[in-house]
Amino acid sequence: MTDSGKPAPDKRELIAALRRFLPDDSIRHATEDLRPYECDGLSAYRQTPMVAVLPRTIGQVQQIMRVCHERGVPVVARGAGTGLSGGALPLGDGLLLSLARFMSILDIDPVNRTMRVQPGVRNLAISEAAAPYGLYYAPDPSSQIACTIGGNVAENAGGVHCLKYGLTVHNILKLKMVTMEGELLTFGADALDAPGFDLLALATGSEGMLGVIVEVTVKLVPKPETARVVLAAFADVEQAGAAVGAVIAAGIVPAGLEMMDNPAIRAAEAFVHSGYPVDAAAILLCELDGTAEAVADDIDRVSAIMAQCGAGATRVSRDEVERAKFWAGRKMAFPAMGRISPDYYCTDGTIPRKHLPRVLRRIQELGRQYNLAVANVFHAGDGNLHPMILYDASRPGELESVEKLGGEILRLCVEVGGTITGEHGVGVEKINQMCDQFSSAELSQFHAIKAAFDPKGLLNPGKAVPLLKRCAEYGGLHVHGGELPFPELERF
Amino acid sequence: MTVSRDSSTDIRSRVVDAIERRAPLAIVAGGTKHFLGREAQGEPLALGDHRGVIDYHPEELVLTARAGTPLSELETLLAEHDQMFAFEPPHFGAAATLGGTIATNLSGPRRAYAGAARDFVLGTRIVNGRGEILRFGGAVMKNVAGYDLSRLITGAMGTLGVILDVSLKLLPRPRETMTLVQSLAPRAAVENLCRWAAAPLPISASCIEGEHLYVRLSGTASALAKARTTIGGEVLEGADTFWLEVREHRRPFFGGETPLWRVSVPPAAKLDLPGEQSIEWGGALHWLKSDAPAKTVRAAAAEQGGHAMLFRCSVRSSDPYHPLPEPLMQLHKRIKAAMDPHGVFNRGRMYAEF
Repeated sequence: MTDSGKPAPDKRELIAALRRFLPDDSIRHATEDLRPYECDGLSAYRQTPMVAVLPRTIGQVQQIMRVCHERGVPVVARGAGTGLSGGALPLGDGLLLSLARFMSILDIDPVNRTMRVQPGVRNLAISEAAAPYGLYYAPDPSSQIACTIGGNVAENAGGVHCLKYGLTVHNILKLKMVTMEGELLTFGADALDAPGFDLLALATGSEGMLGVIVEVTVKLVPKPETARVVLAAFADVEQAGAAVGAVIAAGIVPAGLEMMDNPAIRAAEAFVHSGYPVDAAAILLCELDGTAEAVADDIDRVSAIMAQCGAGATRVSRDEVERAKFWAGRKMAFPAMGRISPDYYCTDGTIPRKHLPRVLRRIQELGRQYNLAVANVFHAGDGNLHPMILYDASRPGELESVEKLGGEILRLCVEVGGTITGEHGVGVEKINQMCDQFSSAELSQFHAIKAAFDPKGLLNPGKAVPLLKRCAEYGGLHVHGGELPFPELERF
Repeated sequence: MTVSRDSSTDIRSRVVDAIERRAPLAIVAGGTKHFLGREAQGEPLALGDHRGVIDYHPEELVLTARAGTPLSELETLLAEHDQMFAFEPPHFGAAATLGGTIATNLSGPRRAYAGAARDFVLGTRIVNGRGEILRFGGAVMKNVAGYDLSRLITGAMGTLGVILDVSLKLLPRPRETMTLVQSLAPRAAVENLCRWAAAPLPISASCIEGEHLYVRLSGTASALAKARTTIGGEVLEGADTFWLEVREHRRPFFGGETPLWRVSVPPAAKLDLPGEQSIEWGGALHWLKSDAPAKTVRAAAAEQGGHAMLFRCSVRSSDPYHPLPEPLMQLHKRIKAAMDPHGVFNRGRMYAEF
């Protein structure tokens, strides 16, 4: 038996079947050749697949899927492997389908402001190819240099500009997807909408559970004429939280509105010298974009609001060099953590903004309980929190503590009306926390939708949506108000 | 006086009863969009009593309300806080509700510049076809836990479940608005709109009617003044009324008995079809008044990468929606069965097949 609970497929026979239509350089099956695929950005989880394939054409993807479907071999699709939730973690008895060779930009249409690309095209490469037309692709996850559009769609990736420009789901028009049975389907259209159900939205963020994305048509938007950043320092996290609400309440939609707490400020400043005030409890970075006149108006209003909310010092970027410098610390916050701590674990919850002070206070309390330091960076404009737990994996038991603390932080997000993942996805990482956020009926509904696409459950099994029995095992640990979650299930 | 009442338990009981009797239900709230799509088979399930705002904190930019809440009531509330539904939903009648707006995914003039109803849906609470009350998404801006069933339900014409509550992202109302009108042939107007859309201009609506191009600008006074020099034309007096008439199909163009098609295409598309056209969304939405056969209209739309829906017709069409390719239709049927295994909700409202 194997980790998916089925009899092990015959590896030799599978490879022989793949060789009938794939050249040898598209098939990897020796252990040393499979090593590069053993994990994604969540490197705490590792598993080499039985076989990895690197097809070049949609026809080959369809054939691979048919071969696996007939044999009951599970399939995990992979883009650049930058995901942070283990969504591309292979299965030991499964096939790893790499889309790395789907690297072509197929068509740029500057008049209709769209680009048709293969899934292995990098996020930033899209904006670079659109730049000569004064256009760009808006979603900008922090991994945009490396991450691919296929993975962005699978995870519904966000970035620092979501509040104004939306997530991946708001910035794509059309997808081609191959089902587990090898059928090629098109969702969406070249128009702004398509007939029937919104399958484009359903597929976006489905974490490789419903099909393999083989082509994406993205929307391109004009580059703003100008962008400037206000950097405001606060002696108190609650004041900074209130300032975020005040900016929004004033009718301003910033292009980006980011918060960093003191541990994050210190780590980032030591690394990149952005000029952050290291004694501040929190800083806000508020980017405004648009025409030069509109930005100038808004900069004045935002600066005034920050001051009213108690900002100790406010600085405004004077030019592009200074704007880049202000952002550098925020953008390098994750690697900065890597310098001050042997390991760090970054999680990803979203909360209604009004609960920010309470949640940050509680995270610090929890950190003290677990004897672990936590630094916070926060897409404050859209309520998306990235607590980074600092630890040392070489200390026995510390990773387990970190996972427990991470779980408690996510549960806290759910308690205040938020969610366990704003943009990183569930993957394997947050599969247990799904039981905190959803009832058994809701999870069953997800499973039914999955089965409508993949009746045999062969696509990325074990990810994104937990089995009810898994929740029963996990849920048993968390009894709320004496009421057992999932009362209809046996306990074991 | 606004009414607030939670009827979700009653609604669920009605659904459970219908499932037991295998009796199909036709979901109805304000009834203002009854003309859209196909006639649903079944006993009426009224949502009008399930109404009221559940949560609204302006600084969160999120509103959660019950499906039967009148749209006009919500818009009045938002206006008091200088906020709006940025997709500018058409009402098509005073009784229009939030639930009907989401079930039909109808969006108005701002759609091409701000997004459609589906783009602003953050979460829903529904009754599915097993009689269960389920919550998907949430009241936060970013949420990728679980499949996006809230957006799947948006625009599904009530065929996948009964929408109980909806959370929507809001936007602040623009500080200033100005509409410019100029005489221009439709083709040249579309070309201009495509060129302007590729530049950072604060355009928030466009409409080509006859030989006139109307462009609405929204933003700061300084940004509007600058954009005006690029776009040209005269300032239109009474612009709010104009855009309201466009949104509500009250312009003279929309009168008469000729079938009205909604043709959705890429913005630069050329649609050579007999009849009259009014073009919105920067060229991406063509309202076509034409007696041309459905086959002709659909072929022209499909050739341009789009689709055509028979929006209004004096005789109700048996297939108003653009037909789906067979593999997609099969997938639709499987999704319908996953949400509504006994087929109780709005049977045949979208396509005859489900």
